[in-house]
Amino acid sequence: MSIIRVTVIDREGVSHELDAPTDMNMNVMELCKSAELPVEGTCGGMAMCASCHCYVESEHADAMSEKSDDEEDMLDEAFHVKDESRLGCQIQLADPLEGLIVRLAPVG
Amino acid sequence: MWFPRSQRLWPSICQVRQWDEHEGFAVVALSAGAETTFAAQSIMIQTDILIIGAGPCGLFTVFEAGLLKLRCHLIDALPQAGGQCAEIYPKKPIYDIPAYPEILAGDLVDRLMEQAEPFQPGFTLGERAETIVKDEEDQFIVTTNRGTVHRAPIIAIAGGLGCFEPRKPPVERLAEYEDQGVEYIIKDPEFYRGKKVVISGGGDSALDWTNFLADGVASEVTLVHRRDGFRGHPDSVQKVLDLAASGKIRLLTNGEVVGVDGDGHLEGLTVKHKTEGELRLETDHWVPLFGLSPKLGPIADWNLNITKNAIEVNTLDYSTNVEGIYAIGDINTYPGKLKLILCGFHEATLMVQSAFKRIYPDKNLVLKYTTVNGVNGF
Repeated sequence: MSIIRVTVIDREGVSHELDAPTDMNMNVMELCKSAELPVEGTCGGMAMCASCHCYVESEHADAMSEKSDDEEDMLDEAFHVKDESRLGCQIQLADPLEGLIVRLAPVG
Repeated sequence: MWFPRSQRLWPSICQVRQWDEHEGFAVVALSAGAETTFAAQSIMIQTDILIIGAGPCGLFTVFEAGLLKLRCHLIDALPQAGGQCAEIYPKKPIYDIPAYPEILAGDLVDRLMEQAEPFQPGFTLGERAETIVKDEEDQFIVTTNRGTVHRAPIIAIAGGLGCFEPRKPPVERLAEYEDQGVEYIIKDPEFYRGKKVVISGGGDSALDWTNFLADGVASEVTLVHRRDGFRGHPDSVQKVLDLAASGKIRLLTNGEVVGVDGDGHLEGLTVKHKTEGELRLETDHWVPLFGLSPKLGPIADWNLNITKNAIEVNTLDYSTNVEGIYAIGDINTYPGKLKLILCGFHEATLMVQSAFKRIYPDKNLVLKYTTVNGVNGF
């Protein structure tokens, strides 16, 4: 079993360092929920609600999958969207993401 | 073909939809303002179990209640039955419904409607359950935002994620201009005749309304969108691009509305452009079309115990802290809760047994298997 370190900065600016397994088919939204961070994950991870909208603050863009059309479409309906915006549910946890830092986007 | 028939006394006070196995849902009656008012004064829909939310869990409740000869009526804020399955992901496959290795969410709703059919449920669709009071006979009176009144001894809240409401952009002082130039839904395009309109969004509704209003309705149409690319139907996208190229609409991509202004009524918007900074648009109307998101809504004020946007229930029978009100499916919470459709089905089944005992305290209830008795509808 492989574990990577992921830092999630919540909406109050508090950093949470989380140990994330990479062999459990988990994504960042699920990781946040399992750590009881305030991420709703309303749609269950189908890129259909944007409640797991976050900003990727570390240099991991190349290590991540490209945004799918579904994700890009959903970000169209989200607010506070920036270049580094992603939906947490679409970031699959994998070994190359060691040291990932994400910040939760404001709700709404 | 079947017709949902509850004990509605007046068939046209709100939107009533019929299900046809070949044609799907069809609206057979729409409310008219006068009738709705009339409804609020004197018409009441009486049923045994009033189900708030017509998603999979609410629909299966109709079947289980029907086996116990209890009638159901459903209220849903969406204009069709099926909840999230129909509204958000009808074409997505679901893999964890027992005996269906794979079924599309929309097909699951169709099957549930078929299964509920013998028990002739009634529907109040496109209306949101707003208020609840108890009358002198210990029955609940639930009134919708459009004034339709329902009466039942039992309420089953199967509201899923809550009511779907338009997503409102986080723009300061936005609320001041709601219905004063800011509208989240286009109800009647004629309302915009001869007016300057700004539409925000990149999906089908933003594209379609831009095309529609630009066709001789509004005097000026501007579409503001966050990026260059548009989702939505390629034909609609092309039409918008063509209209922009010929100067019939103004297309502002890579921009977002960040400010509203006006003296009482909306007069202008501030748009922040990715590269060109801020600019002001004069307009009579702004229609932000950013889809729907679920809110718990008025149920939050029904004196129910709520934790993290979910209603606390007793797992014995999924009753809430208010006697006669139950909560089933994704909207409830209890230790070990899993938000799965199949768990909602189980909760619905236990809940109607308890509801039966509340309605008929002196009757004995014996579980009858459908394999023995079949399904005897109303």
